[in-house]
Amino acid sequence: MILTQEKILDLEKKANDIRISLIESLIEAKSGHTAGPLGMADIFTLFYFHILKHDPKNPSWPERDRLVLSNGHICPVLYSTMAHAGYFPVEELKTLRKFGTRLQGHPHREYLPYVETSSGPLGLGLSQAVGMALADRMDNGVGTDRYIYCFMSDGEHDEGNTWEAMMLAGKNKLRNLIAVVDRNNIQIDGFTENIMPLEPLADKWRAFGWHVIEVSGHDFNALNEAVEEAQGVYEKPSVIIAHTIPGKGVKEFERDYHWHGTPPGSGPEDKIKKDKQGEVALAELRTLGGKIKSEHQ
Amino acid sequence: MLNPELKLNPKLFNPDVEQVPIRKGFGQGLLAAGEVDKNVVGLCADLTESTQMNLFAEKFPERFIEMGVAEQNLAATASGMAAMGKIPFISSYAMFSPGRNWEQIRTTICYNDRPVKIAGSHAGVSVGPDGGTHQAIEDIAITRVIPNMQVISPCDAIEAKKATLAIAKTKFPTYLRLVREKTPIITTEETSFEIGKAQVYWIPDVGLAQVGIVATGALLYKALLAAKELEAEGIKVKVMNLPSIKPIDSEALIILAKETKAIVTVEEHQVAGGMGSAVAEVLSQNYPVPIEFIGVHDKFGQSGTPDELVEHYGMGKDSIKDAVRKVLKRKS
Repeated sequence: MILTQEKILDLEKKANDIRISLIESLIEAKSGHTAGPLGMADIFTLFYFHILKHDPKNPSWPERDRLVLSNGHICPVLYSTMAHAGYFPVEELKTLRKFGTRLQGHPHREYLPYVETSSGPLGLGLSQAVGMALADRMDNGVGTDRYIYCFMSDGEHDEGNTWEAMMLAGKNKLRNLIAVVDRNNIQIDGFTENIMPLEPLADKWRAFGWHVIEVSGHDFNALNEAVEEAQGVYEKPSVIIAHTIPGKGVKEFERDYHWHGTPPGSGPEDKIKKDKQGEVALAELRTLGGKIKSEHQ
Repeated sequence: MLNPELKLNPKLFNPDVEQVPIRKGFGQGLLAAGEVDKNVVGLCADLTESTQMNLFAEKFPERFIEMGVAEQNLAATASGMAAMGKIPFISSYAMFSPGRNWEQIRTTICYNDRPVKIAGSHAGVSVGPDGGTHQAIEDIAITRVIPNMQVISPCDAIEAKKATLAIAKTKFPTYLRLVREKTPIITTEETSFEIGKAQVYWIPDVGLAQVGIVATGALLYKALLAAKELEAEGIKVKVMNLPSIKPIDSEALIILAKETKAIVTVEEHQVAGGMGSAVAEVLSQNYPVPIEFIGVHDKFGQSGTPDELVEHYGMGKDSIKDAVRKVLKRKS
């Protein structure tokens, strides 16, 4: 679908609102993941506000596309995006991780039926997305116009289950399946290439029978074109390896793996003291990194 | 005597009683379930003939997915298919599914509450010569502990077919425990089967029973042999078939305990966490009575013939009789 300049500006603003909301929810929760959600905010925004066939007012619409979030720990960005898209009130984001909340620390369908799968334990999302794509093809044939998207992390390529799913999708030439890998190069213990090297990652996916597209995870136009290219591939599943900046939007958090599983207020103190981390992050996001004086401008 | 109301196999105690592998009943049941409901799909991890899914795969090739030797992917892919309205049956050996893929079953099937049916073949030590690596004797424990899961352990091929058809109609994740070797046909087409129900297959000729034997799976046959001999020796017992380990028929168990005030449980599984433990959980809270547990006592299996192994691990007819005598003494 064509992305106009006006629409891109709109998406940029939306992504910033989503980042602000997710940081607010993490500050309130006092636990949770920061780097991944900030890094994936642009991709979530593009999908929920431009690409996905879905209806927030009718979440169980049978004809909808399916978006499986495999690395459930980045759910603050999923929740924030869904709230801004109209699935539930933005105010509810403040209940993240609290007793009785629909917004569990990792997504659970029993509490929030709008998510397609419960997730958190790594390496399981792609298999479920493959199952959905297989079932959809059984019902609607190889020409089905529904897409199954799977958002996954680079770190979860360490899990053997991920590769089992890649093999099965390649074998079955699932053209209705599009994976999006958050290639942010970090995981809990450090940089992916030190913990368990993944490169040459694109070659590995290709060897498993996938069409591979590499793109910046923060360029709406390039991302949109990548999705269009993936949708146009007929003979195999596609993966978009999106190069993202973990912590994107708050420069003190960017590219630092210590922010993987830490909320503002509990992070490393080399750049900002703990008690100022929330305040600084929100100020940066609200002023677009100092480009404007306030979010009202 | 055999409970006449249940229309059990009249030739049960004949030396040439018909013997059929329980897994065959699953294969026939799945084929029948596939004919009834087009949403039934089959996924197998490179053991299609061995788990008897080949009958379904040959009839419905477009609804069958060959997964290769990848049990983790087997479980999680089935969950995704269930999310789209399918009723997936997945099959492998019990040691690998639900053994290898336990966390995938917990997270993607049970936590998601998807109606995936997990058929685990080659359960128990009676797998025989393949040895301990392939003898699943922990599978009941690891499945019944997961919320939302049903656990069914049929006693023969006929009951396995009925169970397969029944679980295809429920919305719950279900583990179906299957056995490799030929075992005696105990029931008939007329014998009723219902998820959540236990039935008394053996009753005393006259009077009340002194001990209640609760058995699951193919060892029910050994329990019935023991009951017949005990009756001749003057010990009156009832033998209950408990195919539905979860949900469990608490009411029937409490009635049996109230009559007999002594219970022996019989299963081809570790005593820890298995069917006997489930029975003890019910009775200890509702009507505590002495219980003896027939099963494997914290050991791995090994190579041998099924009969040698069943005897070696203390699960044969004579071990059951000994347990009955022992629990009788504990009553007073």
